[in-house]
Amino acid sequence: MVHFTAEEKAAITSLWGKVNVEDAGGEALGRLLVVYPWTQRFFDSFGNLSSTSAIMGNPKVKSHGKKVLTSFGDAIKNLDNLKGTFAKLSELHCDKLHVDPENFKLLGNVLVIILASHFGKEFTPDVQAVWQKLVAGVATALGHKYH
Amino acid sequence: MSLTKAERNIILSMWGKISTQADAIGTQALERLFASYPQTKTYFPHFDLHPGSAHLRTHGAKVVAALGDAIKSIDNISGALAKLSELHAYVLRVDPVNFKLLSHCLLVTVASHFPADFTADAHTAWDKFLSIVSCILTEKYR
Repeated sequence: MVHFTAEEKAAITSLWGKVNVEDAGGEALGRLLVVYPWTQRFFDSFGNLSSTSAIMGNPKVKSHGKKVLTSFGDAIKNLDNLKGTFAKLSELHCDKLHVDPENFKLLGNVLVIILASHFGKEFTPDVQAVWQKLVAGVATALGHKYH
Repeated sequence: MSLTKAERNIILSMWGKISTQADAIGTQALERLFASYPQTKTYFPHFDLHPGSAHLRTHGAKVVAALGDAIKSIDNISGALAKLSELHAYVLRVDPVNFKLLSHCLLVTVASHFPADFTADAHTAWDKFLSIVSCILTEKYR
C-alpha cells in the first residue's frame, strides 16, 4: 500500500489548492483522447471527437473531465486510504465500463504533464516525484477490485 | 507509427527554442527520472547523481544532443541513431521499460519550460517522436 509522509501530503494539497479542477479536468481528459486516440473507444456517446479542436472543445469531454478530476480530489482528501476511497469506482470501471487499467496510468501521466505546464518551475523534480507516487497509487486503487 | 508532416513541423519549430536550453533540459529530465523512478539509478552506479552534478549535466547534454541529431534527420531517424541503437543493444542493454520513463520525464520538462508551445497537438507530436526514438534504440535488442 502506498504511504505518504507529512511533507508529501503537504506538497500535494498545496499544489492542488491552486488547481482549477474544471479546467484541468477537461484539459486532462481531452489530451488523453488526443494524444492516445485509442482511448476514444470508451466514449462513443460523446459526439464529435474528430479533431484536436473538436475534442478539446467538446462539452461532454469537459464535463466528464471535471467529474474525473473531482474524484481525484477526493483521493487527495483520503491519501491514507486510496483503495477504500476507490473501491466502488474500481468495481464500476471493471464490471460496467470495462476499462483496461493501463488507461489509468496514461491519464495519470497526462495529468502530471498538465500540472508541469501550469506550474512550470514550481513543479520541481521532487514535487513531480510525489505526484507520480499519487497517480500510481490512484491507478492501483482503481484496478484493485478487478477480477 | 510515423510522424505526419504537421507533427514534423511542430517538432522542428519547437526544437529551435529547445536547443537554446538543450543542456538544462537534458539535465532536468534526468533529475526528474531519478527522483520519480529511483530504480533507473541502477544504470548509473558510476555517476554522481546529486542534482547539479557534472555527471548529470554532461550526460543530460549528451541525451538531448542525440535527440537533436534525430530531429536534424527527422526523415531518417533510424539512420541517424543507428550507432546509438547498437550501443543500447549490445553494451548498455537498458531494459526497454525505461525508455517510456525517460520519455515521460522529457515531456514533463519540455511542458514546464514551454507551456505556451506545448499544445495538445505538440504533446502528441513529441510523444510520438520519443516513442519512435525509443523503438529505434531497442530494435536490435534481439
